[in-house]
Amino acid sequence: MRLELVKRPQQSRAFSALSPFIAFGLTIIAGAILFAALGKNPATTLYYYFVEPLMEVWSLHELAIKAAPLILIAVGLSVCFLSNNWNIGAEGQFVIGAVVGSVLPVMFPDFQFWFVLPLMLIMGMIGGAAYASIPGILKVRFNTNEILTSLMLVYVAQLFLDWLVRGPWRNPAGMNFPETRTFHSYAILPEILPASGRAHWGFVFAIIAAIVLWFVLSKTLKGFEIKVLGQSPRAGRFAGFSAGKMTLFAFAVSGAMAGLAGISEVSGAIGQLRPAISPGYGFTAIIVAFLGRLNPLGIVAAGLVLALTYLGGEAAQISVGLSDKVVRAFQGMILFFVLACDTLIHYQIRFVKSKAATASLAAAQVPNV
Amino acid sequence: MFEAIVITIATAATPLLIAAMGELVVERSGVLNLGVEGMMIMGAVTGFSVAYMTGSPWLGVLAAIVVGALFSLLFGFLTLTLVTNQVATGLALTLLGLGLSGMIGESFVGLPGVKMGTVNVPYLSELPYVGRLLFGQDPIFYISIALTIGVSWFLFYTKAGLTLRSVGDNHASAHALGIRVIAIRYMAIMFGGACAGLAGGYLALVYVPQWVEGMSAGRGWIALALVVFASWRPGRVLAGAYLFGAVSIGQLHAQALGWPIPSQLLSALPYLATIIVLVLISRNKRLTMVNTPASLGQPFVPDR
Amino acid sequence: MSQTRAVDGTPLLEVKGLTKVFGQLKACDSIDLTIGKGEIHALLGENGAGKSTLVKMLFGSLEPASGEIFWNGQGVTISNPGQARKLGIGMVFQHFSLFEALTAAENIMLSLDDDTSILAIAEKAHGLSKAYGLPLDPFALVGDLSVGERQRIEIIRCLLQEPELIILDEPTSVLTPQEADKLFETLERLRSEGKSILYISHRLEEVKRLCDRATVLRHGKVVGHCDPRQETAASLARMMVGSEVITATRPPAAIADATELLSICGLSRKPAGPFSVALKNIWLTMKAGEVLGIAGVAGNGQGEFFEAISGEVTQESPDVIRIRGNPVGKLGISERRLMGAAFVPEERLGHGAAPRMKLSENLLLSRFKTDTKAFLGKFGMVRTSAIAEASKRIVSEMDVRKSAEDPEAASLSGGNLQKFIIGRELDRQPSVIIVNQPTWGVDAGAAARIRQALIDLARGGSAVLVISQDLDELFEVSDRIAVMHDGQLSSPLPAAEMTLERIGLLMGGSQTATESKGDAA
Repeated sequence: MRLELVKRPQQSRAFSALSPFIAFGLTIIAGAILFAALGKNPATTLYYYFVEPLMEVWSLHELAIKAAPLILIAVGLSVCFLSNNWNIGAEGQFVIGAVVGSVLPVMFPDFQFWFVLPLMLIMGMIGGAAYASIPGILKVRFNTNEILTSLMLVYVAQLFLDWLVRGPWRNPAGMNFPETRTFHSYAILPEILPASGRAHWGFVFAIIAAIVLWFVLSKTLKGFEIKVLGQSPRAGRFAGFSAGKMTLFAFAVSGAMAGLAGISEVSGAIGQLRPAISPGYGFTAIIVAFLGRLNPLGIVAAGLVLALTYLGGEAAQISVGLSDKVVRAFQGMILFFVLACDTLIHYQIRFVKSKAATASLAAAQVPNV
Repeated sequence: MFEAIVITIATAATPLLIAAMGELVVERSGVLNLGVEGMMIMGAVTGFSVAYMTGSPWLGVLAAIVVGALFSLLFGFLTLTLVTNQVATGLALTLLGLGLSGMIGESFVGLPGVKMGTVNVPYLSELPYVGRLLFGQDPIFYISIALTIGVSWFLFYTKAGLTLRSVGDNHASAHALGIRVIAIRYMAIMFGGACAGLAGGYLALVYVPQWVEGMSAGRGWIALALVVFASWRPGRVLAGAYLFGAVSIGQLHAQALGWPIPSQLLSALPYLATIIVLVLISRNKRLTMVNTPASLGQPFVPDR
Repeated sequence: MSQTRAVDGTPLLEVKGLTKVFGQLKACDSIDLTIGKGEIHALLGENGAGKSTLVKMLFGSLEPASGEIFWNGQGVTISNPGQARKLGIGMVFQHFSLFEALTAAENIMLSLDDDTSILAIAEKAHGLSKAYGLPLDPFALVGDLSVGERQRIEIIRCLLQEPELIILDEPTSVLTPQEADKLFETLERLRSEGKSILYISHRLEEVKRLCDRATVLRHGKVVGHCDPRQETAASLARMMVGSEVITATRPPAAIADATELLSICGLSRKPAGPFSVALKNIWLTMKAGEVLGIAGVAGNGQGEFFEAISGEVTQESPDVIRIRGNPVGKLGISERRLMGAAFVPEERLGHGAAPRMKLSENLLLSRFKTDTKAFLGKFGMVRTSAIAEASKRIVSEMDVRKSAEDPEAASLSGGNLQKFIIGRELDRQPSVIIVNQPTWGVDAGAAARIRQALIDLARGGSAVLVISQDLDELFEVSDRIAVMHDGQLSSPLPAAEMTLERIGLLMGGSQTATESKGDAA
């Protein structure tokens, strides 16, 4: 038996739409097997993972809190990935966005006006964009591999934050804890519906960003440019588009989104800077981007799904005693299944009996690759 | 003192060298596997846990190698058989590896590890200056050196190595000549996985004999950078690995000396050094173009 | 149905009912073919007739769906190229199966199934290259070699295996006429040594000259066997195409006092990559109404020249290139288009068109700047209905055959996609158009249509620059012809004064140095 791919003359529209669902279904099955292997009842565990967090209003708010950074970052990453720029350092851009955005409330705590918050958001975006531009510029100017540089900068950003909160930015009245002073009220991103839960305006930003980028990507010349340069750079150059400018643009946009996510998280959900402000949002957002098939509207749905895995992980830990480490393994599996299922969009898969294999028994036992 | 420093540098360099050497072979066959970090951490967690449970560091090393290779097979199946995007799939492998290893290793956190002992050639290891360096290190150090020589010899002095390089240069031509492109790439990927697994095992059995979540700390990525830095040549990988080993040991010593430099800045040095080195190497576009395997990262679907 | 000239009666190779199906397409439909010992057998057919598929099955690279192969009267299954080589079948590929980063000797080593040392191979190769007059440096990197030299490596690699049957796929498409003559000598000598040759070509004159028998394919089927010497080029072409072959009509050009539309003054360019060619002091002027052809062996700077004129790569001085009198040297491709120029690159998929995008989107690819008003709305919104409408117009104008309403570019056949790409540019009525390899890999019907469209555009008052390796094509469309060799351009001469031999010499590199300056327009 041999697995053979037959190229479809056209992309399959059906599988374009279905592949994320198939992938998610397969992840659920694999998850059930995993839970069973860990000695938990798969049905109950899956219930706590994917259903229970959706049953209460406050919990839906928590979902929105987790989904906001994932969607914001992933929407920005879709611009990068579609244009074939591999920014995998969003985690670092998230951190730097949070740091730059926090300059006002931390260093000038007495500067308290209504416009502090908008300034913080803008500074967060600028910070994230500037930090993301480092690998972008290095790629354009020196031809340096952006995957490696953007990733290295994650470690640098995390260490920088660590230094700040333990050193110069440590809360003078904080009993030596590694954290900054808590933000004053003008620097707090408000809740959307304070009566029912904690969800802050970051989620609204995420939805707006998704809609705007969806419009740009699917309806405008800029979106066309992004896709052409990503799919066939030479055709893009023939069209008169500049791959270098696109790289700078894509990194700046995705960095700004990640930076906005960072400052929103800090001023909306946490209220101060700490050594660790992200449970790996920047990396999980890569999964979100692919699960959403790099379509901003799909990314909104995918962001909610991945946010659910975070909440479900907590719920399952409390109710059935499942380790919270399972969450990341689970997220990793989703990406694998998504990538595998995307093959169906471009290829038909057939199982063929190899002639050589039927000819001799010995040959049939050699794995046919 | 000098000898001791060189030995610690070797300890820091060995996992980088082994992982990078594996990735070099993978990339020479035209495949870009960004999952080194994931395979490495999987090797580390299995190496640690098997050694802990059996008490034998060697069984741990063996398990790390096997798990690394099997884990890479997942990447191979997706990229070679299902022709998925290699960059995305490599990232997926890293994310999955980091997640799975955290899960598997949870019950081993904080437990005392099994440290692999050093080889001590009688008399020779007592030679002044170079005795311990040459004759008194851990066995995997010697394996890493043998690996470097072996890979050089294989790539440039055997027909199998020539075939592997040809697949990396032009898979369509290789296929037309009847070379089994996919089979060769599967083998290369598994070799890379085995090396990354071994490198991870080294971290958990020699470098810091305990399990800490995420203990590979970006070494898999540095190994990937080393391959680019070395322009796909085994000898230069060796040099690069020791250079990076020296940077990371240097910063540790500097921290110990209590210099008035923030420890975080020193910790960031290996990552900053990686960026600087990559910039220096890749700014010469022509040079990189000549050395890069021409079909690196390109999808390949054979027509039958 | 076919008799062989084999000496002992058994043909060397006999193929019965060989069939290969790709998806819906029967690339080879029940092919019968017999090759005798010591014969040069031609396999004729248009692009897409199934020639390459057939020989790939014979060489074991493709697996037949059904049918039988007999080698010296024995039924055989050829499941991989190694097996084909063991039987005694050697192959010289059209697009070469060589490795640029390896040396000639290493390339040869890779196709030998035993473990001969590299030095022994180099020595053997040297011997063969001397014996057959095919000079070759075994230790040169293939990437540094010319196409002709690369073909020699392929041939020597094939000969080293001492094959009984040698398959050559379009071997002369990359050679100068003189180099082709040398190749024919080699082939005739091999025949005299009793080797058989399967010779694939669409060049009928050389088939008539060289081959003992011919099998003609059309749409995947054998449409006839014949003795090419008894046929005329026209009758062979009719068999291949299945109908009367149309050649483009070229009314005389009146360009004596026409306006100058394109001028290139001393264009030079450093090599961009490790294996690319430098352009050396190119001068050229073109007037309204004429078609100028540039001949040359592949890889002599045509691609680099195209990029420089199109503006994908810009020049340091604005005056090096003028389009309709405007200095455009420092302008990019979009600005040059706005000046009235249009470009059609050699590579269709991935350069002239984005493979995975729809035809209408591919229309936008080269037109968004020149037709901004028609195709773009507020906020840079793409007016999908407008581009769909325009792409429909081009499809019907150029008779593009497609399977869906607005299919992806990659799903079209080479000929149909090329008709669309050319149509996309002609639709703008450009005053200057530069076309690189207009009909490479295109079937005869589409090729005729494309050539006629180019001539008509010129006669309507535009300047048409055609870069091509196909000399027949150049003679068919061009008013003047120049030759590119090693990044230099010879001065153009009226097509009537050019002969095959003269072009061949220029393609081989003689005279260009002395004549490259001072364009006699």
